[in-house]
Amino acid sequence: TQAGITALRAAEPLKGLGWPGNPVSVALREGRVSATDLCRKCLQRIRETHYLNAYISVTEELAMQQAEEAELRLLRGEPRGILDGVPFSVKDNFCTQGVETTCASLMLKGYTPPFNATVVQKLLDQGAVLLGKTNLDEFAMGSGSTDSSFGPVRNPWSEAVTGGRSSMELGSDWAIAGGSSGGSAAAVASLSCYLSLGSDTGGSTRNPGALCGVVALKPTYGVLSRHGLIPLVNSMDVPGILTRRVCDAAIVLDILRGPDERDSTTVPSPALDCALTEELDLTRITVGIPQEYHAPGLSPETARQWERVAAALAAAGARVREVSLPHTQHSIVCYHVLCCSEVASNMARFDGLEYGHRSSVETSTDALYAATRHEGFNDVVRRRILAGNYFLLKQNYERYFVKAQQVRRLIADDFSRVFCSGVDVLLTPTTLCDAPTYTHFTQEDNRTRSTQEDVFTQPVNMAGLPAVSVPVALSARGLPISLQLIGSKMQDKKLLSVAHWLEQQVDFPQICFRGDDEARERTQGV
Amino acid sequence: MRGSQCVAALLRPARPWPRRGVWSLSRRVAHHSRRCLNSAPSSSRHVHNAKVPRTPTWQPVHETLLPPVIHVSPDLVDKLERLALVDFRNQEGVECLEKAIRFADQLHVVNTEFVEPMDSVLEDSSLYLREDTVHEGQCAEDVLQLAKNTLEEYFVAPPGNIPLPKREERSAMLKNSEF
Repeated sequence: TQAGITALRAAEPLKGLGWPGNPVSVALREGRVSATDLCRKCLQRIRETHYLNAYISVTEELAMQQAEEAELRLLRGEPRGILDGVPFSVKDNFCTQGVETTCASLMLKGYTPPFNATVVQKLLDQGAVLLGKTNLDEFAMGSGSTDSSFGPVRNPWSEAVTGGRSSMELGSDWAIAGGSSGGSAAAVASLSCYLSLGSDTGGSTRNPGALCGVVALKPTYGVLSRHGLIPLVNSMDVPGILTRRVCDAAIVLDILRGPDERDSTTVPSPALDCALTEELDLTRITVGIPQEYHAPGLSPETARQWERVAAALAAAGARVREVSLPHTQHSIVCYHVLCCSEVASNMARFDGLEYGHRSSVETSTDALYAATRHEGFNDVVRRRILAGNYFLLKQNYERYFVKAQQVRRLIADDFSRVFCSGVDVLLTPTTLCDAPTYTHFTQEDNRTRSTQEDVFTQPVNMAGLPAVSVPVALSARGLPISLQLIGSKMQDKKLLSVAHWLEQQVDFPQICFRGDDEARERTQGV
Repeated sequence: MRGSQCVAALLRPARPWPRRGVWSLSRRVAHHSRRCLNSAPSSSRHVHNAKVPRTPTWQPVHETLLPPVIHVSPDLVDKLERLALVDFRNQEGVECLEKAIRFADQLHVVNTEFVEPMDSVLEDSSLYLREDTVHEGQCAEDVLQLAKNTLEEYFVAPPGNIPLPKREERSAMLKNSEF
């Protein structure tokens, strides 16, 4: 099919894989690359970029076994699907059968789930090859991937030599990957896999995607199953998709979507097939510029990119107009209260009895619970649990929790009003600025950073809307700047069509590491 | 067609360096860009779009608009630790809660009179309900294997119905327990 031809256009060659501009899935089917070779090269890439700390576990043996099976199917001409033989990675808060799933927490160290998350199972059913589990902030609470019990994730662009400029003026410091799905974003950005699953509660897929310069999609709430995604905030969590190209994200979304009997919050959604192959008529698109998204702290460079892309859309015939989402400013406060409250409830399941870490304090059941949770959770998790319990106290319930739920409706209504007025997509920055350095970022605590970093991303989760972050340029420091497109509910396809157009216009540069050039020259023409 | 060329030109030259081996292409694009920019109403170093605000459109809520500051008492600390079954660990943990409450207090500047609370974005959708029958099962062994302490088909817990010890004793207990 047409979709198959555009599948996973690997314009960015994996080191040693000399087919720039060719879809890897087509190369696999035509036998120009073997699934085992591809898998081996990805594993090699993971080893070479080990210093990024993108992966918590690498399932090397299992991956090679899956690749061999894929290769046999491909040789027989009977691939299971578009993704047969294509290597992928998964954030370590999705359950994977027989593969340790830690949430980057001591609480789940050694926990090996007896089942696969639905989205993981769907990729495996397609024949995709699981390379490993990626790093994150503990229990996905954070916006930097600096609060993992496995150590922080580094931003690949911090190590890149794109355009002959080396690693900015960072000295010995390095840029963070963003979070909480920082490992997934770094894995895709460093070309060690073709797609990665993240999760997005308040921006956890889009934020690291933006800082690492990859496409990061948060679909409409309910389109993708959450079964097997270890929950953070049930009413906002969605699985996220990180890829190199918008068309790849569309293909993966189409494969993963659909109602799941194991998640009662999934809903049927329209098919995306061939979504991005049609020419987009921009003259029929109205782009809204929410005025409140020029927030205090927005970097001049990011603001400039926002203006440039708005101008480009207008020049191509789109109607670009000012819109207002008046409650934007209060969204992050509302998110803070709802997130802590749901976290307090969700984290109650970790008590040491049924799975995960168990303390050796056995004086009473309550003592065992308290000691297990003391030992297993980091400060960030404990503090959110305590704040949530405070907001949920009988005397505070109306004052904070119900109040936040009311503000949530106002935020959702703001979006509805704008989309009902004829706006197709909203264009905003994804983050305030490019990736901060580790030293700078860790000067403030996790809560403060999350309230700064999630300012443009979490309103979408409040309303359950689809949004995608697309890298548009490199900053003066040589780090990605990305913009966010927001669609109305269930309009994921239209959203991705505009994102696809945007991606083609901006021509975001390809990442290049030291040593990549020689390797590519050696293999080109082979 | 001309439109799309212009668009490409508007966006591409901003890259501060050329792509390897495409110098000539870059120059050509830059030439187009000049033409496009000249035809635009406001041409300067970068492309303006009047719809994008140039300065922040809001400021953080001012302290004077917030309700009085809430201090977390030792009694409340004790209550929360018993409810949450996690400890504050130190004074910094308590201060962190005070900051979290202060941040949340900004909600009170929003008028929510007659606004229905929203707890799900799917409130208007009809959600799937499956038949109330067992589809899975026979996995007791798999599940029990995940626990550290089991007996036959039971999870083993220490004695129940014993309240957590008092604060000082509790701190001592937790001090000795690290992963």
